[in-house]
Amino acid sequence: MKELAIRNGYVFDPLNGVDGEKMDILLSGGRVVEKVKRGAEEIDASGMAVMPGGVDLHSHIAGSKINIGRLMRPEDHRRDQVPKGRVTRSGVGYSCPSTFVTGYRYAQMGYTTVMEAAMPPITARHVHEELADTPIIDKGAFTLMGNNYFTLKYVRDGDMEKLKAFVAWLLRATRGYAVKIVNPGGVENWKWGRNVHGLDGNVEDYGITPRQIISSLARVNEELGLPHTIHLHCNNLGVPGNYQTTIDTMDVAKTIKPRDERKTTIHVVHCQFNALAGNNWMNVRSGAPKIARYVNGNPHVTLDLGQVIFGDTTTMTGDGPWQFNLWNMTGNKWVNSDVEMEAGAGVVPYTFKPNNPANSVQWGIGIELALLVKDPWRVYMTTDHPNGGPFTHYPEVIAWLMSRKARTDAMNAMNKAVMKRTGLIDNYREYTFSEMAIATRAGTARALGLEGKGHLGQGADADAAVYRVNPTQWRPSQYKELEKAFSRAAYTVKAGEVVVKDGEVVATPTGATHWVNAKVPEDLEKEFIKDFEADFRKYYSVSLRNYPVEDAYLPAQRVHAAGGASP
Amino acid sequence: MKHEDVVCPFCGCLCDDLEVTVEDGHIVGVKNACGISRSKFMSHGLNRVSAPTVEGKEASLEEAVRESVGILSGARRPLVYGLSSTECGAISKAVELAEATGGVLDNTSSVCHGPTILALQQVGESKATLGEIRNRADLIIFWGSNPTEAHLRHITRYSGTAKGMYVPEGRKGRRIIVVDVRETGTSKMADQFIKVEPNGDFELLEALRATVRGVALRAEAVAGVPMDQVRALAEVMKGARFGVVFFGLGLTQSEGRHMNIDAAVGLVAELNRHTKFLLTPMRGHYNVAGANAVTTWQTGYPYAVDFSRGYPRYNPGEYTSVDMLARGEADAALVLASDPASTFPVDAARGLAKIPVITLEQKITPTSMLSRVVIPVATAGIEAEGTAYRMDGVPIRLRKLVEPTEGVHSDEEVLGMILEGLKGGAEK
Repeated sequence: MKELAIRNGYVFDPLNGVDGEKMDILLSGGRVVEKVKRGAEEIDASGMAVMPGGVDLHSHIAGSKINIGRLMRPEDHRRDQVPKGRVTRSGVGYSCPSTFVTGYRYAQMGYTTVMEAAMPPITARHVHEELADTPIIDKGAFTLMGNNYFTLKYVRDGDMEKLKAFVAWLLRATRGYAVKIVNPGGVENWKWGRNVHGLDGNVEDYGITPRQIISSLARVNEELGLPHTIHLHCNNLGVPGNYQTTIDTMDVAKTIKPRDERKTTIHVVHCQFNALAGNNWMNVRSGAPKIARYVNGNPHVTLDLGQVIFGDTTTMTGDGPWQFNLWNMTGNKWVNSDVEMEAGAGVVPYTFKPNNPANSVQWGIGIELALLVKDPWRVYMTTDHPNGGPFTHYPEVIAWLMSRKARTDAMNAMNKAVMKRTGLIDNYREYTFSEMAIATRAGTARALGLEGKGHLGQGADADAAVYRVNPTQWRPSQYKELEKAFSRAAYTVKAGEVVVKDGEVVATPTGATHWVNAKVPEDLEKEFIKDFEADFRKYYSVSLRNYPVEDAYLPAQRVHAAGGASP
Repeated sequence: MKHEDVVCPFCGCLCDDLEVTVEDGHIVGVKNACGISRSKFMSHGLNRVSAPTVEGKEASLEEAVRESVGILSGARRPLVYGLSSTECGAISKAVELAEATGGVLDNTSSVCHGPTILALQQVGESKATLGEIRNRADLIIFWGSNPTEAHLRHITRYSGTAKGMYVPEGRKGRRIIVVDVRETGTSKMADQFIKVEPNGDFELLEALRATVRGVALRAEAVAGVPMDQVRALAEVMKGARFGVVFFGLGLTQSEGRHMNIDAAVGLVAELNRHTKFLLTPMRGHYNVAGANAVTTWQTGYPYAVDFSRGYPRYNPGEYTSVDMLARGEADAALVLASDPASTFPVDAARGLAKIPVITLEQKITPTSMLSRVVIPVATAGIEAEGTAYRMDGVPIRLRKLVEPTEGVHSDEEVLGMILEGLKGGAEK
């Protein structure tokens, strides 16, 4: 059995209350253990920071949407060509990296688990084929449900039992990890070329509202006991003034009773795009203080940033009408891709410019959200890769959060709107190493309900990162060093194996795909299937038999139980 | 034994409702299939490559693989071509093989919908899965495409006569328009046929786009179509509740090529300011969409990928097979799931005949006849399983219904053997 000892590092393991203590982390058989035999491989981590492997809970890395991005952007790839290495495949990087490169680059930053945030059910096989081709990291995918015909139908009929059966069935059929909702009702209306506007807008053909869709799915999510809360891309994304919609949306889930051990009932994704105050893009300003005030007073909410990175990127969301708007605003190339009965998507390249007032405000909103939400366990670092910017820029975001000087230097180089229309200049908070570990692994793992991830306690998965930065000596003025350390991990360990050494990939094992085996009582299942089959046969362009994802698509899988039942 | 909901591995429709009867390891009946599909299933055993050959002489599989490894490792600029009529596992191995040899990887899009991809890279595309069209479209335009002869069940399953959620009456609830250079089977069942002059598609599309934008054109006719008709068509398009353009090689391979698609995409995008409008390419080979998809997620590029520098580069026109072969640049080729000797322009086919070719094939074809090495392979979707992507990007799992002849392996397995041989050689 392969054994490994990471010795003398400063360990940050917030889930176990370890805050920079000098200690050894011992790994054996893919787990964290108490003892290893003599002769185990050793890593000398003295003077370095040791953390659990990074856990990204919202990124677009696999499936039809990112592949459209790759397909439409040869000009993006040309700036970042990746040659074949001794153990690595060739590929391309930047905003739409090839699958192999995605796995390598996450691992190089010390990340070992990444969740694909939007999986259309009918193309779930595509997502899993790409995840199978994404090396090293563990992964999972969130199944799109907020505009699904069956969701809308059961919400319209007020049939929560069938909705519950449907959500469970669809998670199993698509091998999904969580319930993803994107612009509920808006994507359905987009199928006729329209949108919904706000929580109480009309979802055409169904006569229901986004509010009803969200509250129903949130309730069903908790009744099924799913490990993660609903994962929600709010209505009105990218519309100045939308912070109010976001707060109202959070409030919808306030009265939902969470599953046993969890206190939260809603995760709001890439909140920066939904925290805009002002009434148009000319006078847009930060709505972060208002959102943070709500979040600070309401423990049922978690959020991630969707931090903006300046430069050229490729926006891609399941929010077809928003991408259409973005096309109209930018005139860039536009792909729209509607998915029968279920979902939609759009892809538009976009450049965030530091001299653009609105973009500089957006940059500020992301950071402000992270600084103003007091509980570090409920706000997570993402760039909504690649929407705000590519995930490879995480180390810069870490620097901005941990060093006021880093963000002051950044602000001095951008449009002054960031000083006037966000409160960032008056914010002196700097994340500690421990808080940073929460925002990038411990908090995200806990939010996902991934029990083996995000910590280094006994029995945890043997996923760890060693960063070449001495937390006892580091000062915020040295943010460049910090950035470097987080860009290229000294070591990344995945399932007990060293996969990255000195920032270079040295091994490429296959990571597991995590999914949730949710169930409802047999009678309910039968009743649901009868109803489901009839409509499926009438309206889908594939046969039901050819719809669920087969085991062949998950070369390594980890099945999670819902509601405490055995998987 | 009856197999239900079987997927047809022929065209981009990827119909998945076939019923196939197997007795004693042989297919004896097919239901729900079109004529082409029936023939593919019922005659899959005919005209088969009976054994591996090297220089036309029968050889063992090991000898054929060894010879293939020799050819590829000795080549300076090997070309890997085809891919569109096999499953994704094989495509994935082909990418790895091209990377390992520092060669060029290309698939059949380079002679069919390559221009569609170029246009997408230029301006984008507004599309949907086929069920979306079946459920909603009240206006269907076939432009330079003729499903009655190329995608036989398209009209009944996905478009013209299919019943859908918001079109419960089927054919009666839809208006069908055909734009083509001549009357076709499809135009005969359409509500309206618009005859465009050969190579006039770009002008007609741009005239429509201008008209939709409210620009008054002074011309009396565009590409042979009277301006009144252009204006009327623009109104019909704007007035549709949900419209779609299905386009084929009539648009991608006529004069203007990718510019035609650029114009079509622009027209459809413009129409989205008035109503819901989409366009969808009618992909030919059943998994050409998969060949593009796999190659894209692994390399960033859909076809015409060069690995000679150790990282993928993309340049249609340079790394496309027809151009590589016509220029005499490729000095060896591995062909699978395609028959370029029949389908390529004569200069390219001649180029192919001059170099050592390794062909993985089920059937005896002009390409297999000019190949130095021929290795028989199992038919994906009949004798081997795997994934295929429908013309709209929906992935479906192909089934294995019967065992291949003893000693015959899948494309993926044979490519794996060659790849192992190449790696073994590199290690020595």
